[in-house]
Amino acid sequence: MNRSVTVTVNGARHQREVEPRLLLVHFLRDTLGLTGTHVGCDTSQCGACTVAVDGEIAKSCTMFAVQADGASVTTVEGLASDERLHPIQTGFWEEHGLQCGFCTPGMIMAVWGLLKANPNPDEGQIRAGLDGNICRCTGYEHIVNAVQHAARNHEAADYGVEGDTSAGVIREAEARGLESGEVAVRRAGAGER
Amino acid sequence: MIATAFEYETPSSVDEAVARLSELGDRGRVLAGGHSLIPLMKLRLAQPEVLVDIGRLGELRAVREDGDRLAIGALVTHAQLAADATVDRHCRVLAETAAVIGDPQVRNRGTIGGALAHADPAADYPATVLALEAEVVAQGPGGRRTIPVAEFFSGLFSTALAPDELLVELRVPRLGPGSGGAYLKRPNKASHYAVVGVAAVARLAGGRIERLRVGVTGAGAQPVRATAVEQALEGESPSAAAIARAAESAAAGIDCLSDVHGSAEYRAAMTRVYARRAIQAAIGRAGSPSL
Amino acid sequence: MAVMRMVGARVKRVEDPRLITGQSTYVDDIRMVDMLYGVVVRSPIAHGWIRGIDAARARAAPGVVAVYTAQDLHFDGPLPNAWTLAGVHTSRHDPLCKDKVRMVGDPVAFVVAESRYAARDAADLVDVDYEDLPAVVDVERALQPGAATIWDNAPNNEAFRTEVGDKAATDAAFQRAARTVSLRLVNQRLIPNPMETRGVVARWERGPQQLTVWSSSQIPHLLRTNLAAMLDLPEHRVRVIVPEVGGGFGCKLNIYAEEALTARAATLLHRPVKWIEDRRESFAATTHGRGQVDYVELALDAESKIVGLRTRIVADLGAYAQINTEAIPTLSNLVLSGCYDIPALHSELIAVYTTLPPTDAYRGAGRPEGVHLVERIVDVAAREAGIDPAEFRRRNFIPKDRFPYTSQAGVDYDSGDYEAALDRALEMADYPALRAEQRRVNAGGERLMGIGISSYIELSGFNPSGSGGGIGWESSTVRFEPSGKVTVLTGVSPHGQGQETTFAQIVSDELGVPFEDIVVVHGDTATVQYGMGTYGSRGTAVGGAALMRATDRVRAKAKRIAAHLLEASPEDVVYDGGRLHVGGLPDRAVTIQEVAKTAYLQVDRLPQEIEPGLEATAAFDPTNFTWPFGTHIAVVEIERETGDVELKRMVAVDDCGRIISPLLVAGQVHGGLTQGIGQALFEGAQFDENGQPLTGTLMDYALPLASGLPRFELDHTETPTPVNPLGAKGVGEAGTIGATPAVCNAVVDALAHLGVRDVEMPITAERVWRILQEAERVAVSPGASGARPGVEGGTGR
Repeated sequence: MNRSVTVTVNGARHQREVEPRLLLVHFLRDTLGLTGTHVGCDTSQCGACTVAVDGEIAKSCTMFAVQADGASVTTVEGLASDERLHPIQTGFWEEHGLQCGFCTPGMIMAVWGLLKANPNPDEGQIRAGLDGNICRCTGYEHIVNAVQHAARNHEAADYGVEGDTSAGVIREAEARGLESGEVAVRRAGAGER
Repeated sequence: MIATAFEYETPSSVDEAVARLSELGDRGRVLAGGHSLIPLMKLRLAQPEVLVDIGRLGELRAVREDGDRLAIGALVTHAQLAADATVDRHCRVLAETAAVIGDPQVRNRGTIGGALAHADPAADYPATVLALEAEVVAQGPGGRRTIPVAEFFSGLFSTALAPDELLVELRVPRLGPGSGGAYLKRPNKASHYAVVGVAAVARLAGGRIERLRVGVTGAGAQPVRATAVEQALEGESPSAAAIARAAESAAAGIDCLSDVHGSAEYRAAMTRVYARRAIQAAIGRAGSPSL
Repeated sequence: MAVMRMVGARVKRVEDPRLITGQSTYVDDIRMVDMLYGVVVRSPIAHGWIRGIDAARARAAPGVVAVYTAQDLHFDGPLPNAWTLAGVHTSRHDPLCKDKVRMVGDPVAFVVAESRYAARDAADLVDVDYEDLPAVVDVERALQPGAATIWDNAPNNEAFRTEVGDKAATDAAFQRAARTVSLRLVNQRLIPNPMETRGVVARWERGPQQLTVWSSSQIPHLLRTNLAAMLDLPEHRVRVIVPEVGGGFGCKLNIYAEEALTARAATLLHRPVKWIEDRRESFAATTHGRGQVDYVELALDAESKIVGLRTRIVADLGAYAQINTEAIPTLSNLVLSGCYDIPALHSELIAVYTTLPPTDAYRGAGRPEGVHLVERIVDVAAREAGIDPAEFRRRNFIPKDRFPYTSQAGVDYDSGDYEAALDRALEMADYPALRAEQRRVNAGGERLMGIGISSYIELSGFNPSGSGGGIGWESSTVRFEPSGKVTVLTGVSPHGQGQETTFAQIVSDELGVPFEDIVVVHGDTATVQYGMGTYGSRGTAVGGAALMRATDRVRAKAKRIAAHLLEASPEDVVYDGGRLHVGGLPDRAVTIQEVAKTAYLQVDRLPQEIEPGLEATAAFDPTNFTWPFGTHIAVVEIERETGDVELKRMVAVDDCGRIISPLLVAGQVHGGLTQGIGQALFEGAQFDENGQPLTGTLMDYALPLASGLPRFELDHTETPTPVNPLGAKGVGEAGTIGATPAVCNAVVDALAHLGVRDVEMPITAERVWRILQEAERVAVSPGASGARPGVEGGTGR
């Protein structure tokens, strides 16, 4: 039986009827047409499908879309504004942090999570921070350089989960009339963290 | 890879979840963070008919101090646990265990309750919760019961939980002054699960090892305590030589697994090595200056 | 207008903006109205007869549009094989198995449904009745009596046997030798694992009778030619588009069953069909790399000069001959002289079928295996002769004044200065200091340090057409648009290598056009003239050479046009950056943009004999392979207690001829080193005795991660090749070829004092631990002599 889910992706709210087994990555790619997020390994090793869910990076091939109901998701498409690449994207470009580009969106989102938590990591921390992401092309060194480039040029504001996240969730909760209590419970729970 | 179809339910309370599990029997399966279950479902090795998603039950997401114990909600994620100040202060070995699970993304989604209930023989927590002599709180239709971890793991992917019971909480001791713990693992280079992981928790008193608990994961089909090692060292004054000697029996009684990530012989050997290292680290942290 | 010199500059890639923002289009990103999804039903057993297929339940399942078995689909011929060597015993490789399956993952049916979820569900409902036959997993046992026969016309599972070199001369050299050494080496199967799995979308348009196939492929035109033949469609009614490709590494240099199945389904159903491989299928149904057991012997004279090399290569082809399957081990044969002046060599290659997935090109493709066995035996020989491995190599190198050099494997090396690369690597590593540190570390007892050298050669720039297949050439079109912007159409098919950038660099310099004004187009057979694609380090060395030819022709025509505009003779026109002026009169000039505009929009200003337009198409067929080379030095430390191997340093000095884009060359070397290190330390496909994969997903097959690698130390020597006008030799595979033996030599160096001569790859902690345990056991057991005298601490002195 299909279920209704509402997910805010890169600031835009989407409500869809989905099969419960629909993976979040397929919801983003096939349902919403946001194909920047990729499927690499299917078993949660490679990280090509990495997105941020409520500000925390996750592997969207190992989540069902229904689990993201009410959540705010940021994908690679949501990082750059029209005028400006995100400093991480700039770092990847400047330092040749990609070749075929397939792992890159997930890699960039993983770096987003890494630098959000640790804005100035050393090389060991960067390499360990990429344990959930596989790149078959670069040998990682230029990716490490890209992260260092980003760390020299970024600001805290670059990691603000979209300004509308909490407001969006609240709006959403109101819109759903709190009938299930799910959204409110979820946010209350998250708030304790 | 795509899972088989299932019905999806989101109970709004633990009570409701337990009631549903009770009704569903074999057909139901609990979904928490999903990082153990979903890969199996995508490989179609698990094909549940109904998933009862407890992921939205905020009541299971807290870390509380409760007397001489910490009560950790089943939905506390590995990342949350690794960063939790209370856990860091009172039971650092558990936070350190959480911090070496999987990778950053997995730690953000995976939960301690899910990991324990899944009982993967290569999971990290089991070694540590055994060494901590933690307790699992399960809620079933008849109410809550407390299961000592020593009685919780019952085999490969199996636990003492009844099908209609929900693991709601893990209770671990607050390690006071004079106590210390450590968890050391050899990760499988592909999956990051433990080929072997050993946790040690020690308490020193009067220059002697008053109490030592050693948990081993990854080596066999289910996590176990290395009781022979514990007995050999309890009451002794800690020395590198004594620890090394005692650690030689760390794999005694474990029917070690053999697979592409390590033969039984290697797993046994690494169990001994990691037991020694973990015990040394735990005793060092407990305050023994000599280690 | 002054244009910056682009070749040799550090240039950011033009490919990147779309890739870092999620705006690129890979095959699975293609969405079409009415699109259907295909899923392949695959054999769960390694070897057996198909006794029956019942697809009724699947056909009745929700959303299912069609279920095809071999009976239902007609193809005009099997999957192609490009290397029909004389005497090969093979058989027909159809897209779907009809009577027999020969590997786990063999396709037996193709389910097409309205959604990927419905197709996946229905695939489980296809009931296939199999009668098991014994699996054939071990490549050497496959040849023995009693092994099951995989192909009727190859009763011993031997596909073919071939030789290079002079057997009599080599045997004589071994007879005369002062010292001989021998090794058995296993070059394990690897899973290529591009991060993007394979995928196909096919659309049949009834109106124009046009089939369009999007495929994640390295070879768009070859795919088109072969698909047209298999589907019995006129070639000009088939268009292949290769969109963004997420890595290939050789495994997408092929024509696969799924490409034919998806295309055939689209023509039958008159709807677009998409098939996307999942990762488990990528392990089972995409070609594997390597897969050899190698016996190698080296003969030395009293001065430790190599006098002979003898090898026996047993190559595991797997169950089928894919497009280049047989060619791969034959390439190993061609590099067997390595960097060394070897007066006599002989190699026998035995190619064997097994019930495992086919092997084919994987980064290096045959050369890593050949170089590995040379560099391993050379290292062992040096140690046993008591000579430092660097000195031993130096003593046996082909001197730089001997090029072009014809090796006893029957190939001509173009150019080289092997000693320069070795010296530079030794200098960067600070080799004497490293040896001193090694003595210090090893004296400590807990850790063992090893230093490994590998001096490799590679044959690259695939390929002189005469060397095999007749399809080694490459093409390029350079077109000025009326506005002065430039469109380059190249027949190579880059998928991460960055030729949209490097080719623009070349054109910018050659034609004096701003870098930003150049666009490089590839991968669409409707747009781009016939070409061969990207593989074998050929993109720049062969495709770039074709590009140079095309720019020459465009420049010549531009001069003719400018001559008219300037009222001078073409010979007097100087093409200087973007300006064309009369020699000696720099002010009497037109810009190339004015020339372009004239060529298209003001042709009334030109005489009749000058055709309108300003573009040229050229092809280049190299006269020889190029021969990149270099020296890699790996430093490892082993923890005795666990066997853990830590790669501490990786020094790589590579000579890829002329460097177009240093940043991209570094990227290629890094990636190559990492895959080479991966083979040495992490990767290896394993199967049980029934042919079932034990490492069937990335949960069990370890790829290198950032945290397991050191920062690389790179440098280059630059010895241009005379084979092409760019002087570039190619760099895509060098890192992979050099790194694997360097790391293995380092590990063996750390263990050599225990009598160790080889450690099987991947060199896992457990393998090292077993060696150390055994050594300890031998050491404590009275009467046993473990370490050989005269070899101490792994220094080889």
